[in-house]
Amino acid sequence: MLFTSYTFIAFLAAMFVLYYLVPKKFQWMLLLAGSYLFYAWAGIHFLAYILVTTVTTWYAAKRMTVLQTEQSAYLKAHKAELSREEKKALKAAGKKKTRHWMLFCLLLNLGILAVLKYTDFFISNINGIFDTDIAFMRFALPMGISFYTFQSMGYLLDVYRGKYAAQDSLGRFALFVSFFPQVIQGPISRYDDMAKTLYDEHPYDHHNISFGIQRICWGFFKKMVVADRILVAVNELIKNPADYTGAYVLAAMFFYAIELYADFTGGIDITIGIAQVFGVHLVENFERPFFSKNTAEYWRRWHITMGTWFRDYIFYPISVCQPMLKLSKASREKLGQALGKRVPVYLSTSIVWFVTGLWHGASWNFIVWGMLNCLVLIVSQEFEPFYAWFHKKFPKVGRTFWYRLFQVARTFCLMSAIRILDCYRDVPLTFHQVGTIFTEGNWNVLVNGSLLELGLSAADWGVILAGVLAMLIVSLIGRSGSVREKLSKQPMALRYGVYAALFLGVLIFGAYGIGFDASQFIYNQF
Amino acid sequence: MKKKRILTILVVACLLVGGLWFLQKLLTPKYINEIIEGRLIADYYDNAGGNDVVFIGDCEVYENISPITLWEDYGITSYIRGSAQQLIWQSYYLMEETLKYEKPKVMVFNVLSMKYGEPQNEAYNRMTLDGMRWSDSKVNSIKASMTDEEEFITYLFPLLRYHSRWSELSGEDFEYLFKTKRSFHQGYLMRVDVRPVTSYPSPTPLQDYQFSDTSYEYLDKMVKLCKDNGVELVLMKAPSIYPYWYDEWEEQMEDYAEKNGLLYINFLELLDETGIDFDTDTYDNGLHLNLSGAEKLAKYLGAELQETYQLPDHRGDAQVAAKWQEKSDFYHEMEADQYRELEEYGYLKSYGGRKPAGQED
Repeated sequence: MLFTSYTFIAFLAAMFVLYYLVPKKFQWMLLLAGSYLFYAWAGIHFLAYILVTTVTTWYAAKRMTVLQTEQSAYLKAHKAELSREEKKALKAAGKKKTRHWMLFCLLLNLGILAVLKYTDFFISNINGIFDTDIAFMRFALPMGISFYTFQSMGYLLDVYRGKYAAQDSLGRFALFVSFFPQVIQGPISRYDDMAKTLYDEHPYDHHNISFGIQRICWGFFKKMVVADRILVAVNELIKNPADYTGAYVLAAMFFYAIELYADFTGGIDITIGIAQVFGVHLVENFERPFFSKNTAEYWRRWHITMGTWFRDYIFYPISVCQPMLKLSKASREKLGQALGKRVPVYLSTSIVWFVTGLWHGASWNFIVWGMLNCLVLIVSQEFEPFYAWFHKKFPKVGRTFWYRLFQVARTFCLMSAIRILDCYRDVPLTFHQVGTIFTEGNWNVLVNGSLLELGLSAADWGVILAGVLAMLIVSLIGRSGSVREKLSKQPMALRYGVYAALFLGVLIFGAYGIGFDASQFIYNQF
Repeated sequence: MKKKRILTILVVACLLVGGLWFLQKLLTPKYINEIIEGRLIADYYDNAGGNDVVFIGDCEVYENISPITLWEDYGITSYIRGSAQQLIWQSYYLMEETLKYEKPKVMVFNVLSMKYGEPQNEAYNRMTLDGMRWSDSKVNSIKASMTDEEEFITYLFPLLRYHSRWSELSGEDFEYLFKTKRSFHQGYLMRVDVRPVTSYPSPTPLQDYQFSDTSYEYLDKMVKLCKDNGVELVLMKAPSIYPYWYDEWEEQMEDYAEKNGLLYINFLELLDETGIDFDTDTYDNGLHLNLSGAEKLAKYLGAELQETYQLPDHRGDAQVAAKWQEKSDFYHEMEADQYRELEEYGYLKSYGGRKPAGQED
């Protein structure tokens, strides 16, 4: 059930009416039933996978909480009788038992994800290296498996770390895993964030609902007016690499950057808006990433929940694990303080980016994409002293608007260039295509009307340009606070004029229906 | 305060609904100067009632029979409910709908659509279905006709289908926003130009010549519907060279007509009797007849229907005659205008004609 389908809109309308009609104590149950219906729509057999993850994670977490509670109660009751060593030994034994549950559940669920998502990638590499002909398994990937698995494992690790107690109710936990607006493309929520509003009783709140609907419309605008329209040109450029080289590749980079931004942030706007309509607060996943002045900042503002997930559950544990601490010590001894302390940090960073690439897709292009991001981050880090020297030498330059604009443009170009690996999905081809930008010299195609022959008319480009400008203006206004809050304080005529323009913009200029291919959100594939 | 809020909501809702209605009117195709057959189905409602014969079917009816000739020569009142690639279930639901407006004595169904057992093409569906007024017949026809890519809601709110026409809007869309143009003669689409048959098709062998169960199901429903309403059902096959009408299909139709006691007329076998000459009576190499051919066919058909079903001659009825005189006048005016255009431009400039070879833009 595509977010942009009539079926989904009808489903959403029905859920909305029922949600505010049923007794409030049943609201979360309705959301659960709706979420499972939504999930089963993609194929009823896929329910088995999400059910396995839900039940095993819920049970393992519950067992861990029971063990932690029993141990804590025992220690409290026998506080006076036990020596420090005995307490330490008891804690270690308890930790071991909870670790068993955590590892069992983690391996099982990541195993499911790995088998379903990466088996064919593994086979293709084996076939390539050893010249074998092992048949591909071609497993059908359950909808949103990367998202709900990561969300569940985050919960499991938080319970293991004692951050909060496990959820008692299987039904409530199942809702956390399967909440339909976010199950297919995130954001990857944390249990303690989401639980604050997910299970509450929600009376009809005009403000929340109105703001939620505004956000949904804005998401539809980005997705249907901008992303799905520019998609035609991106597909034309990418699917015919031999015909479109040089400046065309540069155009493809920027067009794809616009498409991905409008598609993913639009999808997240719809997700967060729907949740808000039901009174549920979801964390933000973007913070105007294209205004970032450097790569590190960009990654703090783009797909925030994925970045923080990798930071909290991979980067930190790896950084403080025993082998890494030993490596840190050894490298400091051998390479000196300055260089030695960077080795474990850069190694952890590399591992995180390798996994990030792999998470995006079972393909080398994603891995190379991850490693290139890592390289840029490390190089930027290494250049820090130079930047510091530059700003000290030219203190005024760094404070000018134009320098900040240069930084933003540089980051945008760099990220767009690396992201082109997403498009061709073939590493050598991508490097070849990017190479032609510097060798082809066909810059005239950017201005001689050739871009009008990519399947989009001048009118289509006009709509895209207007859409991009609208996104830019909203982002600029959003820097100093909520755009919807600001709009709500405007005179009624202006307010309703903006609402009507947004609604009609989607309705008239949206790329939907016959003649347009209903396109899945890009991040649904991950 | 509450009152003001309710008033605001009401005003906004009215403006929104009004705006959407206006946009829908603006963006929906008008079919004024191009693909004018898109207006055929909607044209019926201004002419409904008082017809002794109603023809139902695809282009083989709306291009091949002249109801004005039936009137002028026999005093038979008739209407053609035809549309491009009209599928058999669409014909059935159009019959059903027609019977809500009038009870003709005879309904004539052109059997070419028996060859289609499944939904075919969204664009053709639109030309048949958009023009129908809302009724259970329309709903059922939409449901039966939709291809996989179509959604029912887009028939309910055509704006959802035609929203992307914003970049194709022309003066025609504004000029005919709240009106339409008179172009048809009781559902007949006139063309006076001539483009003779140059070659006869050699049939491509088919894997299966059997008409589908769906086609038979709807033909059975037509038989029952007509029987229940006391209407005589006649089956016909127009004299079109293309698409090819196979002997195996002909055999099935003959068997069906005989089994159900229906009159079946295959005009492909009556070329001598009707006088159809494919050197002079077609405007597109044998796909459709021109005015000359349509009048010849109407002359033959009128005699056949009058003799078989004793259809009354209404020419003596002053009220009916006055109404039809006006239709005749419009018919002959258009005929004269088309001949004028042919002489002046060499092709039917305002009537969908193609420039002769060598004169294209």
